[in-house]
Amino acid sequence: MKVLYFAWLKEKVGIADEEVAVPEEVRTVRGLIAWLSSRSPGHAAAFADLSVIRCAVNQDFAGLETPLAPGDEVAFFPPVTGG
Amino acid sequence: MARIAVQEAPLDAGAEIARLGGGRTDVGGIGLFLGAVRDTSAGRPIASMTLEHYPGMTERALAAIAAEAETRWPLLGCTVIHRVGRLLPGEPIVLVGTASAHRQAALEACAFLIDWLKTKAPFWKREEFRDGTTEWVASRSEDEAAAARWAAARPEAAE
Repeated sequence: MKVLYFAWLKEKVGIADEEVAVPEEVRTVRGLIAWLSSRSPGHAAAFADLSVIRCAVNQDFAGLETPLAPGDEVAFFPPVTGG
Repeated sequence: MARIAVQEAPLDAGAEIARLGGGRTDVGGIGLFLGAVRDTSAGRPIASMTLEHYPGMTERALAAIAAEAETRWPLLGCTVIHRVGRLLPGEPIVLVGTASAHRQAALEACAFLIDWLKTKAPFWKREEFRDGTTEWVASRSEDEAAAARWAAARPEAAE
C-alpha cells in the first residue's frame, strides 16, 4: 500500500510518501491511521487531531470508514485551500 | 470537453478568453474569474505564497468539477487553470472561464466552478510572511458555505 502526505502532515511525518505492508487487521482508513500512528512520533503528531485531517483513497476523497485493499494509494492532508 | 491545467507558468487571461471563444459565433457570453495573491493575510504583510497539490488527483478533481458544471449549464467552453509553486502578491493564481450562448449560464457556471474548486480540489497554500515566518493557510467556513449553496441547485432554463 502506498501512503502519501501533503502540506503540514508531510512536515510532521517527515516524508512525502512511503510504501507500507500493513497487517491484515487494518481494513479501513481509520485502522490505517491507528497503525501508522504507532510507527513514529512524527506519525503520531501528524494524526493527533483527526478533525483536521482529510483523506483520499485511489485519488478520490474518502472517509474514516472507507475500506482499504492491498495496492491502494492512500493520501492524508489538511482541508484543501486552493483557489 | 473542458480545458484543465495545473502549471507553474503564468496565466494569460487574454489567450484563454480567445480560446474560450474559439472563433465560434454561437458564443454569446464568456464568464471569467481570475484569482490573485493578496499582499496581506489577516493584516500581516505577505512576501509570497506557495501552492502545493496532489499530482494526478488534482487533475481528476478539476475535471470532475468541470464535468459537473457542463451537466448543469449549457456550456460551449469551460477552462480551469490553477498555478502551483511560489507566487508573489499580485500574481494571478487561478483562472476559471466559461462560454455559453447567454450570460446567465456563463456567469453562474463560473461562480460554481470557483466555489467548488476551493473546497473539492487538493491544493494547499502556505503563506510566507515578510517577517520570514511561514504558515499553512487554514480552510475557511465561508468557503464551505459558498460551495454548499450549489449542492442541490439546478439552474433554471437559460434566458
